[in-house]
Amino acid sequence: MKFDNIIIGGGLSGLVAAIESQRAGKRTAIVSAGQSALHFWSGAFEFLGGSGPHPVIDNPLGEAQKLPPSHPYQKIGVKRTQQLLEKVPGILADAGIKVEGTLSRNHYRLTPLGFLKPAWLSLDDYFMIDSPDNLKDKKYSIVNIEGYIDFYPRFLAHGLLQHGAKCEVTAVDIPALAPLRKSTTEMRATNISRFLRDDAVDALARNVNAASSGADAVIMPAVLGMFSDAPVQRLRSGVDRPVYFIATTPASVPGVRCQLSLRDCFTRMGGTFMPGDTVVKGDIEGHRLRRIYTYNFGDMPLEADNFVICTGSFFGHGLIANIDRIYEPIFGLDLNVEGGRTEWYDTNFYAPQPYMAYGVVTDQEFRPSLHGETVENLYATGALLAGFNALKEGSGAGITLATALHAASRII
Amino acid sequence: MMTLQQQNISDNNFESCIKCTICTVYCPVTAVNPDYPGPKQAGPDGERYRLKKPFFYDEALKYCLNCKRCEVSCPNNVKIGDIIQAARIKYSTHKPSLRDSMLADTDRMGSIATRMAPLVNFTLGLKPVKLIMDKVLKIDDRRTFPKYSPIRFETWYKKEAAQTQEAFTKKVSYFHGCYVNYNYPQLGKDLLTVLNALGYGVRLLEKEKCCGVAKIANRCIDQATRDAVFNLKYIGQAVDEGDEVLLTSSTCCFTIRDEYPHLLHLDNHDVRDHVMLATRFIYHVLDEGKAKIAFKEDYKKKVAYHVPCHMEKLGWTIYSTSLLKMIPGVEFINLDSHCCGIAGTYGFKKENYDYSQGIGEPLFRQILDSGCDFVACDCETCKWQIEMSTQVPVLNPVSVLAEAIDIEKTRQLNA
Repeated sequence: MKFDNIIIGGGLSGLVAAIESQRAGKRTAIVSAGQSALHFWSGAFEFLGGSGPHPVIDNPLGEAQKLPPSHPYQKIGVKRTQQLLEKVPGILADAGIKVEGTLSRNHYRLTPLGFLKPAWLSLDDYFMIDSPDNLKDKKYSIVNIEGYIDFYPRFLAHGLLQHGAKCEVTAVDIPALAPLRKSTTEMRATNISRFLRDDAVDALARNVNAASSGADAVIMPAVLGMFSDAPVQRLRSGVDRPVYFIATTPASVPGVRCQLSLRDCFTRMGGTFMPGDTVVKGDIEGHRLRRIYTYNFGDMPLEADNFVICTGSFFGHGLIANIDRIYEPIFGLDLNVEGGRTEWYDTNFYAPQPYMAYGVVTDQEFRPSLHGETVENLYATGALLAGFNALKEGSGAGITLATALHAASRII
Repeated sequence: MMTLQQQNISDNNFESCIKCTICTVYCPVTAVNPDYPGPKQAGPDGERYRLKKPFFYDEALKYCLNCKRCEVSCPNNVKIGDIIQAARIKYSTHKPSLRDSMLADTDRMGSIATRMAPLVNFTLGLKPVKLIMDKVLKIDDRRTFPKYSPIRFETWYKKEAAQTQEAFTKKVSYFHGCYVNYNYPQLGKDLLTVLNALGYGVRLLEKEKCCGVAKIANRCIDQATRDAVFNLKYIGQAVDEGDEVLLTSSTCCFTIRDEYPHLLHLDNHDVRDHVMLATRFIYHVLDEGKAKIAFKEDYKKKVAYHVPCHMEKLGWTIYSTSLLKMIPGVEFINLDSHCCGIAGTYGFKKENYDYSQGIGEPLFRQILDSGCDFVACDCETCKWQIEMSTQVPVLNPVSVLAEAIDIEKTRQLNA
């Protein structure tokens, strides 16, 4: 079976690369092994936010200029990175996902534990502010769903109080949720979202109104709108003051929606999405990847002119760590891993962990190498790449999206 | 070298579960039945407890319809569906009821029913009979039964087709399954029409029994294992003779390839790669240029394709959809991959009927809104469910090909 482009990995990076490829008229397929890290999504994307007590706010693009030449932003070039990333809100909007934010200045998002962290883009219904000063003397009503344990209103209230805001913490219930209460283990964000639709949302809005009088705005857990954002819109129009959402413990309701919206956008354009399949090997001949073999397709390989590998890092199984080695499981691509197991990590948990920067080594065009030789029609993106610590830099989504769009530009 | 970590993972790899609950998001039962604990809880979570003490086995696991959508969604490749079904087999203390045994024994029921097909079809459609079955057997009286055929496919084949098939130099074997044999021989005939035109003769296995999916679902494991061993023997014979063994049912195909080793612990590795859906084989010979196909110029249909759950798990949807898209007169509509709710014998049971219809409801709505002429789908029980619930006819992609193909032209192309 032959395609123009095959994308290995169906997460954020793979979906965006595939959408751009399909949009350009290339016959594109995604092979996806299980659902992706988008299901753990916070609702915000970072470009370069830093971490700890000195976050990057005012000029993230300027900060990006200071990164080492081996960093993905520098390899693409900061100016071109900016051009590529400026397309992202439009791509997401085409898929029905509305985000706000700009590359020229980070905004603050509110984490589930009540900290303010810099972000580049946030879902338009999420809690976001330009400056902590804006919180002074604001009154928030934090409204939980009664019995929902994956949301921590007191942490949020404590965090907001540090910046001079006042919070009331309440919980509301509606009869529509009664079936879920048979088992406490089933009070999960995604399960709750199944029941919060149609009339149930109106009932919820009424109770939220009753619980939040006197507040400037309402803060709620993101438990609405798994398969469409209609319930979110319905709640926001039913509540008589602004409602902002906060990420919950996974699985993330807006993350599921984002994943499915992007996938639908891709398949609507005629793309082929192959779920639940694993690429097991490929034939590399004359510096080119000719075909890949998957578990489901068995002895009938998939061929393409170009391939993009977006399999993620350890979490996505793009990299595998055993007792004695770290490897890229499909092709055995070259990695930047040095030393034995004891050198992979720092015993100080909060120190930058060496393994976080492990990944496939590539040329300037993000083409990985095998035994020192570049594979000319294979591009690597996102968390699989070597040379950065996304957690410390606050750069995961930016790198994922920039490298995906860069790869897409090379295969269309 | 086996690492310590690898040695610590059990066969059903429940230890690989990271408790992310993504499986529960995509579970069709969780969406409608709060009594079902959900795949994470029923599968890897519960397994830890059951290993400690069988006491922790929860009879609510019977609500799992074994669609395997949990496995398709799992980021860590945990065999969640297998864990749940294996637990039902191992720990449930409920004996299969008379009803469950009857629903499971498709061969016996089919043999009796085809002998008296007109009478059986008439009787099963009668309200009083349905009411009695509802009250006594707990088979829901709102369910429409598939019609039985007066002539079995095997009988027809021996009489009308066997000789002509031997004349082909290129041959394949066909595992027709219970549905083609007892209910709908036309699908088997359609396969012969298409493959013959492409230049392939179709043989039947020397013998076959039900693939066993209904027996596994109803926990008649000894019989299922006996039938599976029987089938593997005759499939092995065909494969030894160099044949690929084709099927027209995604569920039978999935059962023989994956449930035999995973749930019945039978070794099928020597035949597994040769057992495949007919659409995979047909796509392959066309793609490789080993055969050519021509279609009727006046064939014009709006076709909506439904992905059966076991087709999703097999990962072979693209073979069937690509073939349908090859037909110039087909306006193709991709339905969302969504369980229809019947899951074989599951939806016939009174206690499941409402859940079954609830699960399928979004699919039914999408089909009715699509304005399609018919639905194409590789599974017979999805066909019963969709036809009963929407009144829209459902055809196997092989039957669509048989209808759309220009037989004479195709035959000449492959002569």
